[in-house]
Amino acid sequence: MRIVIIGNSAAAVGAIEAIRQYDQSAEILVISEEPHCIYSRPLLSHYLGGEIDKARLAYRGSDFYARHHAKPMLNTRIVAISPADHTVRTASGQVLHYDKLLLATGGVPIVPPIPGLETAGVFTFTRLDEALGILHHLESHPVQRAVVVGGGMIGIKATDALLKRGLPVSMVELAPRILSTALDDTASRLLTRLLQDHGVEVLTENTVTAIHSQDGHIAAVELRDGRSLPCQLLVLGIGVRPNAGLAQAAGLQVNRGVVVDGHMRTSDPDIYAAGDVAEAYDLVVDLNRTVAIWPNAYRQGAIAGAHMVGVPRADEGGIAMNTVEVCGVPAMSIGQGNAEGPEYEVLTELDAPRNLYKRLVLKGDRLVGVILVGNINRAGIYTGLIRNKIDVSACRKNLLSERLSLLSLPDQYRKHIVTGAGIEV
Amino acid sequence: MKRIVIHEEHCIGCRLCEVHCLVQHSCSRDIIKAFRAERDTIMPRVLVEENGPVSFALQCRQCPEPSCIEACISGAMHRDERTGAVVCDETKCVGCWMCIMVCPSGSIRQNLAGTRIASKCDLCYGAEIPACVAHCPNEALTYEEVP
Repeated sequence: MRIVIIGNSAAAVGAIEAIRQYDQSAEILVISEEPHCIYSRPLLSHYLGGEIDKARLAYRGSDFYARHHAKPMLNTRIVAISPADHTVRTASGQVLHYDKLLLATGGVPIVPPIPGLETAGVFTFTRLDEALGILHHLESHPVQRAVVVGGGMIGIKATDALLKRGLPVSMVELAPRILSTALDDTASRLLTRLLQDHGVEVLTENTVTAIHSQDGHIAAVELRDGRSLPCQLLVLGIGVRPNAGLAQAAGLQVNRGVVVDGHMRTSDPDIYAAGDVAEAYDLVVDLNRTVAIWPNAYRQGAIAGAHMVGVPRADEGGIAMNTVEVCGVPAMSIGQGNAEGPEYEVLTELDAPRNLYKRLVLKGDRLVGVILVGNINRAGIYTGLIRNKIDVSACRKNLLSERLSLLSLPDQYRKHIVTGAGIEV
Repeated sequence: MKRIVIHEEHCIGCRLCEVHCLVQHSCSRDIIKAFRAERDTIMPRVLVEENGPVSFALQCRQCPEPSCIEACISGAMHRDERTGAVVCDETKCVGCWMCIMVCPSGSIRQNLAGTRIASKCDLCYGAEIPACVAHCPNEALTYEEVP
């Protein structure tokens, strides 16, 4: 059996590791249009910020492919899938057969249609080559100010990294506040103030409408409000959309992302999709949707890989969650942390001078979302309550405690967590 | 694989497990030096949970499909090939706290001294009996082959 994987990040690694957990004979071919061995995209901001060197971007060791008997085909772009023939075609015309195919093609950065995008000094920020480009640009050009478009996860991480490089940064966000899809107003304001205290100019309800260059290099950007911001570096960190073009052209069912079932199978039973490209089940909102986060990508890849070799793994679905650090203060959003409305009960605790904030969202007797700023100790206990759909009505008064512990939880659930499946007391 | 089994009915909350875990993970391996000179940079990887008469010592539960490995963005969190234990390679960890966000028992902690790292139980790297189990005076922790 030959398994072909298109993509070379978290979902691909999850798949390869799961396949080899159960099966040593299947042939595995990993095809990536990037020239690099497996690296961690979320670490790019740590690399750009100078916290780690390039070697530490490696998500798995250089012997990963060999140890898992997987054959990498790097620098290779797939241009078409033919589900009827069970083949994929590369840009150079090579036709490769598959028995099972995994689409782990990830996302493509959203680039707004701004005149002047081809100007030197304009970058996106989701791939290593872009990060290397930014670093090269910083070394070869005097940069007095950088502008980051996007106040979401990618934009914030890019901003934080450029700050660590000592650069003045202006951040431009279309929404009325930063991190609006993950955080509520209060958390968003806390982080905005932190950024401002560290010299970041945060411009909300605004966007870049034009890029002005001088000698081919970016010199300024024009904003929607008519202002012109002189800058020598522009990072487009708006977000990603599912890279589902191949799947669409192959006739697979695609909404926003590639629609998959609980085993990550697409509408073609021999083609799977996992990671940022997939529209998989989210157990909190009880819907299939795309959630571009690392843990989901790895887990979905593992579910797909296992199923390909005949091991159906029970999957209860994913949870949208993320963590980001702004000027040294960690923040987390888990599930529907910023949900508002009559069907939700919201518990909050704010200590603004110490940058501490906690927001818990309950729906009926269940916890469905959490936002944490500052103190993120034991945050996973909340995630467990959400994932396991635990009735928290008896312990809700404990949930806001700064010293949340397993002893704050219902006895039965605590014993389940402490002892693990099969050895419950 | 052997795991640490918690017997909360035997725990007396003495916290000797925390003390000996810290010593085990110190450079000096000496109880006085560990607490006098190294206390700021190391922390116990076991935590005694206490509420009134109930207490128990909690460390990583060694989940069969660990969320922390799934969520780790640096590849630091992994299963040790030799011992089978879920451990954090502290030379790779960047302190992003994804593991803390997903660990259902809350047994991974931030170590902010020096390079920021996620601090967790490593089952004393293949020791015959982990330090917390070995030094528990009331067998509130045992080390057993669990299916």
